Amino acid sequence: MTAVTDPMSLPAARPQRKTPKGTFDLIFRNASFASALFVLLLLAGIMLSMIIGGWPAFRAMGLGFITGSQWDTQADVYGAWPAIAGTLSTAFIALLIGVPLSLGIAVYLTQLAPVWFKQPVSTAIELLAAVPSIIYGMWGLFVFVPLFAAYVQVPLSNIVEGMPIVGTILYSRSPSGLGILTAGIILAFMIIPFIASIVRDMLDQIPSVLRESAYGIGATTWEVVRHVLVPQAGVSIIGAVMLGLGRALGETMAVTFVVGNANRLSGSIMDPGSTIASRIANEFNEALGLQMNALIGLGCILFFVTFVVLVIARILVARVKTF
Amino acid sequence: MSLTTPSTVRELPPTTWGRVRQSRRTADKAMRIITASFTIIAISVLFWILGMLIVKGLGGLSVATFTQITPGPGSEGGGLANAIVGSIILTFLGIVVATPIGVLAGTYLAEYGKGSKLADLIRFINDILLSAPSILIGLFVYVILVEPLGGYSGWAGGVALGIIAIPVIVRTTEDMLRLVPGPLREAGSALGAPPSVVITSITWKAAKAGMVTGILLALARIAGETAPLIFTALNNNFWFSSNLMGGVSNLPVTIYMFASAPYENWQQLAWAGSLIITMSILLLSIIARRIVRGAK
Repeated sequence: MTAVTDPMSLPAARPQRKTPKGTFDLIFRNASFASALFVLLLLAGIMLSMIIGGWPAFRAMGLGFITGSQWDTQADVYGAWPAIAGTLSTAFIALLIGVPLSLGIAVYLTQLAPVWFKQPVSTAIELLAAVPSIIYGMWGLFVFVPLFAAYVQVPLSNIVEGMPIVGTILYSRSPSGLGILTAGIILAFMIIPFIASIVRDMLDQIPSVLRESAYGIGATTWEVVRHVLVPQAGVSIIGAVMLGLGRALGETMAVTFVVGNANRLSGSIMDPGSTIASRIANEFNEALGLQMNALIGLGCILFFVTFVVLVIARILVARVKTF
Repeated sequence: MSLTTPSTVRELPPTTWGRVRQSRRTADKAMRIITASFTIIAISVLFWILGMLIVKGLGGLSVATFTQITPGPGSEGGGLANAIVGSIILTFLGIVVATPIGVLAGTYLAEYGKGSKLADLIRFINDILLSAPSILIGLFVYVILVEPLGGYSGWAGGVALGIIAIPVIVRTTEDMLRLVPGPLREAGSALGAPPSVVITSITWKAAKAGMVTGILLALARIAGETAPLIFTALNNNFWFSSNLMGGVSNLPVTIYMFASAPYENWQQLAWAGSLIITMSILLLSIIARRIVRGAK
């Protein structure tokens, strides 16, 4: 009785209209949910395929797969250490050069650049990230390497020859221009746009009241950057650096062009070496049997190293975004 | 009134009052010069690379570059026609694979998954995939598609490029949908539209420009990818078969193989290809950036 006279209830209208739309609604919702889950499955799939594909190599070599320094396709002995060391040292050199440059660029863009200059320069820096990896490789091999050999490696080798420690690290036995240091320098320019643009965004987010109050008590621009901005953005800067590290660790084509692709480990950063990615790119198309498994095993190592680095990076970057 | 200082007021040393100490001034000036020169270094690398491509690539560009196929070892002339068409097909395949999945996943994160732990996890994983090394994605597709199917194929190449494009599209779709103001959605719901209709005919329409940008950015990202193609589509010096099985020629791998080859016409073609691919990608990125700035 009450339900019928209640003007707000219209029992007949609802099911009529809901049925066809309801089906589409359900399908749409489930399709989006499935697509989102697919992203999750992708990562799981990559991890599993690396582990399964590399397993025969891990089983055959044991711990020696990681610590061994012999990579011999004839004897079927695979030790990844030279490639791991090459990956770590090129990435470390890239950070050493790339991080100060990126921080300087971010500070310049946010604090010092004139307004009309800021936008085109920002775009130019971001376009460095759009240049394909293989083009960096071409530039590295045909333009940078000859210059580097003639003007850095040869004179430097003459200077440091015979010196303790420096004489080992910086001496090049064959100054071809190719090597770990060259790869690190090219990588540095490749990671600059990523680090610089994140740090620039972080510095832009810091409330300008903080800056203004520091200027108000007479601080110079450098002091504002050093004592106000850097401490505020500190954690996210580390996050941005880790993101750059993730890039540098897995970069393939540019490194393959300039690293020299030597299988042995050398004490000098001027000597040719190889990274995990360059080793895979170089040998993959001719690999058979256990060698193929060993290459996928290398991929597995690369996966876990970059995964850990990227997880830390994302946590650090995300934490500051919410402040 | 006398203007002489009373003897009770201590005179301040003139160097510390009212002026910035010299060492602080120097540090500030040094910082300005250093940061500006760092910026100049980075920009000059960009222009150095572009200049190199123009100087070495323009000479190799001719009508034959676009009409003839890649030359065999030691043979004269030739062009990049098959590589260019192959690259377009592979990139297009990648975008076709990635767009529906990426847009729907981004929609889920922005519209349905608000505040859910699972959505947070997916967003996190997506960000990781966004910067995952592309060589790993190539290996992954090799293991799941090339090995079981018994050979390299254009399909595997397309899928690999698609997997690289997905996180880019997910990220921009979500970001762009979040920019759509809530009252627009509420207005739609108030008219009785179910969520799916609100999303497809209101939110998507409002965010259209941004979502297209995401797809353009993904296109720019995958067009120059080389590493994943080495393991999937490989390359081919002839016109590839129309069912895309076997190696499919493409620009990046052709550049990789021709660049350090001993034949002069191969090197010439590698430079021409580099010029074509870089200019297309930079143009795409600049267009995408323009649209984003317009949308915001």
